Amino acid sequence: MMLAVPTLGAVNPWLAAGMIAAVAITSTIGEVLTAAAMKSIGDLDDIRAHSGLKGAIRAVLTCPLFFAGVGFLALAFFALLFALNHLNLSLAAPASASLTLVTNAIAAKLFLKENVDRRRWTAALLVCVGVYLLAH
Amino acid sequence: MSYHKLKLGQVAILALVAICAPLGDSCLARGMRELPAISLDHPLALIAAVFHPWIAAGIALLICFFACYLTALSWADLTYVLPTTAFGYVVIASYRWAGILLITLGVGFVARGPSLTEKEIAEVAVESKS
Repeated sequence: MMLAVPTLGAVNPWLAAGMIAAVAITSTIGEVLTAAAMKSIGDLDDIRAHSGLKGAIRAVLTCPLFFAGVGFLALAFFALLFALNHLNLSLAAPASASLTLVTNAIAAKLFLKENVDRRRWTAALLVCVGVYLLAH
Repeated sequence: MSYHKLKLGQVAILALVAICAPLGDSCLARGMRELPAISLDHPLALIAAVFHPWIAAGIALLICFFACYLTALSWADLTYVLPTTAFGYVVIASYRWAGILLITLGVGFVARGPSLTEKEIAEVAVESKS
């Protein structure tokens, strides 16, 4: 009986892990910078109530942190494209998406000082495994 | 402990984040499949692709997703928004029940907690102890 074994193609496993890690790291930096930018701007619903939609858009577009975050998210997108060029889709996409959920939780606790309690860790891990199962 | 409960409008924003991203991706995928293969030798074909109805709809949905995502991040923690909006994965492939069950459990876990880290209350508690 033949067993289906997931393959990495011709890519060295360490190189494959490096590509997936690069996607997760750039994506996490982007998400954290974007979240920090939005926290520094304040509640967009309140800004829109006071200054209208144009005021809310201006508040976002005049925040340098926001552009740094979007820059890293764009980098993550290209890192994913690069990984998809070398690895199987069934490995690269779910592995990077689920790993990003966990690294985001760690980065949010360290840099955004969010209260990542047991409930949020459990949520992040459950969603992480769920995403992997769903996409694999 | 004080909890930041979400208003109805904020729940709607989170729902839009969860729905618009997978729908936008699906529209883009459908539009790109309907077009002939695009080569990097002819990059202008990519610009023409933007005007394909499915791709235009996908881009509009993804713009809506990003606007709602930024709005959600302005009043909720990143570690609240990401797992909560992971419900979008369920929208794309509703037949893989093991994944769905775990994601739903994760969403339920985080949604029952506070949506924002209460720094002032934590500081007051530390001060009152000391």
